Amino acid sequence: MNGLTNVSRRSTQLLRRSLHTSAALRDAAPAGQTLRRTGLYDLHKENGATMVGFAGFDMPLKYEGSTPVESHHHVRKEAGLFDVGHMVQSMFRGPTAAQFLEHLTPSSLATGLKPYQSTLSVLLNPTGGIIDDTVITKHTESSFYVVTNAGRRDVDLPWFEQKLKEWNTTELAKKEGGVEMEVMEDWGLVALQGPKAAAHLQSLTSHDLTTIPFGRSAFISVSSSSSSSAADTHLLHVARGGYTGEDGFEISLPPSTTTLLTQLLLSSSPTVQLAGLAARDSLRLEAGMCLYGNDLDETTSPVEAGLSWVIGKERRSEGAGFVGESEILRQLKEGVERRRVGVVSEGAPARQGAKLVDLKTEEEIGTITSGIPSPTLGKNVAMGYINARTHEGLHRKGSEVGVVVRGKMRKGVVTPMPFVKPNYFRG
Amino acid sequence: MQSIIRQAQRTRAVPSMRQRPMVIGRSLGAPLRTLVTKGYTSDHETVTFDDETGLGTVTITDYAQKSLGDVVFVELPSVGTEVSQGDVIGAVESVKAASDIYAPVSGVIEEINQALADQPGLINKDPEQRGWLCKVKLTKTAEVEELLSEERYRASIESDN
Repeated sequence: MNGLTNVSRRSTQLLRRSLHTSAALRDAAPAGQTLRRTGLYDLHKENGATMVGFAGFDMPLKYEGSTPVESHHHVRKEAGLFDVGHMVQSMFRGPTAAQFLEHLTPSSLATGLKPYQSTLSVLLNPTGGIIDDTVITKHTESSFYVVTNAGRRDVDLPWFEQKLKEWNTTELAKKEGGVEMEVMEDWGLVALQGPKAAAHLQSLTSHDLTTIPFGRSAFISVSSSSSSSAADTHLLHVARGGYTGEDGFEISLPPSTTTLLTQLLLSSSPTVQLAGLAARDSLRLEAGMCLYGNDLDETTSPVEAGLSWVIGKERRSEGAGFVGESEILRQLKEGVERRRVGVVSEGAPARQGAKLVDLKTEEEIGTITSGIPSPTLGKNVAMGYINARTHEGLHRKGSEVGVVVRGKMRKGVVTPMPFVKPNYFRG
Repeated sequence: MQSIIRQAQRTRAVPSMRQRPMVIGRSLGAPLRTLVTKGYTSDHETVTFDDETGLGTVTITDYAQKSLGDVVFVELPSVGTEVSQGDVIGAVESVKAASDIYAPVSGVIEEINQALADQPGLINKDPEQRGWLCKVKLTKTAEVEELLSEERYRASIESDN
């Protein structure tokens, strides 16, 4: 039972940790690799969390009292609260902030976003590869809230700093004003997700949440006691969306009140249960969402990843001025070899690293990058990349492909994503 | 996992008395000759050997089941397959991970648990009984004697931790 095969890198890590978890291991990381903690570390421990190292942080995998699958179903049917405080929250401010972020991403931010509107985007390297995926929210023309992956912190932050330095010496920045980045160190971030998330959050605020549809955000006032004293009133940034395919909110919490407000979000309701990384991964996969490191990396472009929709319309012509532009424009024009696809397969679950083959010739056509037995659908769902040029048409929906698990070929069908229908509130 | 950890910590205080697999029963009618012996591997399998039939029933341990979580798919060897101790004979898959099953003993696969095809969750409900994986006709019965006793197995979990 020790040998783990055909498991995603992260899953292997997770299981290995879960098989070898002990108090000593959890509290002390190996020398030189001290795991960081979010502001909710003590709350996780109090709630019986099994902690694992993830993206340099000691994070809850699951909580006592429910299995990852039970937790997954709870989020789909009720509501779950995830600590995502490991993610990097930053503010970019300045008269040319929109242009700066449009230099680092192919998104349309100056004209494409209204105030308090968010979009998924990608930071690109000069060859069009994805440095990280990110959610960018416009507050004003000169102020943007950006959330990036914890696992890419050590790459993203130096990249931002280097590019900012260059930006602030440009003629444009000198003339119209430069840009400053503020990393919101130690701020909390929780994701309240599920069909009952909105009703629950509404019970804690007088702000009409129906005015914040999917992809929008707002500062809402939440009271942490029945008194209406100013000290107990908290103005919180909430963004409607998340990483599960369900309706929900990502709520940014100041360092000093992260725990208090999380307790408030959990209190007085059996509807909302804490949910860990295990449920988060199965939920995002069903929703067809990419995990950086598995499904996206620096050698993969947004065109290959099926994320061309993040490339703004008016940014698709020469001179748009974003890093990686020439390669991205070439790919949009000429097409790409590899394409990200969804695969539903029979029998043994297809997981990261499993080969995709032509059913007839058994020739390799691609690789699975994430896969899991879907708790919601009761069948195996996976995503991966198929070489669309050498295997003409096999990336199209309905194509039958082979997935090799433990040396045996299993049948799979290329299936559009998301696998589970999203349940967003669109107003 | 918390409960497993506590369990593992509790057993820390218990000294390891037995060095060999435990005799867990005697069949009626054949006193002294028919022994049922259960042994464990450090890879979290068990085999229960009945010397009357010469068959060993292979399972994963309760600890392994708990660590894996909800089992959704079980791959088993074909009946008639000849296996050597340590061979990969299948896999148990939960939502989070796939884990190989190694043959705890050498022999020929005589029977597989067909119920697991439709009810892989039996491994979580009753891992060491109704969730059995396969029955092996042992070719080297002495191998059973060399497996871990329950106490030694528990100690091995602890040292892993």
